[in-house]
Amino acid sequence: MPGDVSALQLVLTGDPALLAIVRLSLIVSLSAVVLAALIGIPFGAALALIQFPGRQAVIVVLNALMGLPPVVVGLAVFLALSRAGPLGSWGLLFTPKAMIIAQTVLVAPIIAALTRQTIEDLWLEYRDELTAMNVGPVGRVATLIWDARFSLVTALLAGFGRAAAEVGAIIIVGGNIDGFTRTMTTAIALETSKGDLPLAVGLGMVLIVIVIAVNALAWTARRAGERMAG
Amino acid sequence: MRAPTSDLPIRFENVTVAAGAVTILDGISLTLNPGTPTILIGPNGSGKSTLLRTAMGLVRPSQGRVTWGGREDVPPTRRAIVLQRPAMLRRSASANIRYALRASDVARTEQQSRIDELLALVGLGQLADRPARRLSGGEQQRLALARALARDPAILFLDEPTASLDPAATKAIEDIVHAVSQRGIKIVMATHDLGEARRLAGDIVMLHRGRVIETGPAAAFFNTPQTGEARTFIAGELLV
Ligand SMILES: Nc1ncnc2c1ncn2[C@@H]1O[C@H](COP(=O)(O)OP(=O)(O)O)[C@@H](O)[C@H]1O
Ligand SMILES: [Mg+2]
Repeated sequence: MPGDVSALQLVLTGDPALLAIVRLSLIVSLSAVVLAALIGIPFGAALALIQFPGRQAVIVVLNALMGLPPVVVGLAVFLALSRAGPLGSWGLLFTPKAMIIAQTVLVAPIIAALTRQTIEDLWLEYRDELTAMNVGPVGRVATLIWDARFSLVTALLAGFGRAAAEVGAIIIVGGNIDGFTRTMTTAIALETSKGDLPLAVGLGMVLIVIVIAVNALAWTARRAGERMAG
Repeated sequence: MRAPTSDLPIRFENVTVAAGAVTILDGISLTLNPGTPTILIGPNGSGKSTLLRTAMGLVRPSQGRVTWGGREDVPPTRRAIVLQRPAMLRRSASANIRYALRASDVARTEQQSRIDELLALVGLGQLADRPARRLSGGEQQRLALARALARDPAILFLDEPTASLDPAATKAIEDIVHAVSQRGIKIVMATHDLGEARRLAGDIVMLHRGRVIETGPAAAFFNTPQTGEARTFIAGELLV
């Protein structure tokens, strides 16, 4: 198929437009995962360790939020950031920052829910030992997060996979502006609808390679870490 | 820093521990005094582990109260426990001990020499860098003992610490327990092995179905048991 050959050419020759799109995609998704981790890991750990009325309900809602439809998140963030919205004065709509915000909202519940499960399981195992060693609340959280770090990497990966693959949220709040807010997924959607299949296929290939590479990297790190720490 | 006061005696005043509808410990009154090892015996399910965990402060009585040196709610700075199924932190053997040392505020400069000393004591010197969870059951139990001793306790609770060990390793542990006791550390140890109880006990507390059946100096307990349950148990017959 001639389409495939030219897609491969675009990738192999390092077409600058394509590289810019790849770069922005990575910046947006990785930033969102970092922000979501900063929110989701402490939140998930707190939810695992603190007992309060309504905790079960919060856990159910959090688990449900893992499956938030991206377009709905996009719409909510769009409304919040639009000129009339509560955060309209920030002037972020149709910028990469808006896309990062939307993906953070999408990914934070995933990281928080997986962290909650991981930390709660580990706490059941460690509770008597840490209590017997007179470890205070701060020390407990630090110990549990540290000892769960390889499982938490998996949670981050799940978050990254979700962010890198989604198009619904960022196309709404970013607007898919050429050279500014165009990412791999939004470009694929656009180019496919325009009929420019080589670029769409090339981007699709790059996207898949990146997702596989990131997963392989994290899997290797996890294996190495488990060999070291058990 | 150690508190100037002692956690001993540990006094159980009419302590009941229940889990839902199940009564695990049933109205226990008991005093654990300084001195020779106290050995808890009784068949499986008689409440030995629960009694140790309550004496450690890990389980709160549903009724009654526990006092340490006359005070309630004393944090476990001077007590340590080797649980029946010790949890290994996801770190190396030596890092497990370092964790305990740090938790009891041992100065960083002293930590390494204490780790070497404790690992050698329990015969794990060669396995310092092995992830603790990759150790065998017996090795994990010995590491748990080293980790408990790292806290420099005045009272050491041991929950069947030789249950999964072969005779040589059992002897090694019993020798350590004996030596620790000689240093003035109060040992309270559960076992369902009567031979082990005879070898180590200063006095005996016998549990059956969550109640204390009989207590007293080991010699008296083994020579002139007062209850039918104790006689059955000592005779090696099945006590159900
Ligand atoms: N958390 C719990 N919930 C319900 N039953 C328990 C719990 N912990 C212990 N038990 C029960 O209490 C009894 C005594 O347990 P345990 O203290 O472990 O005895 P032992 O150490 O002498 O074998 C057992 O029948 C056990 O099944
Ligand atoms: Mg037991």
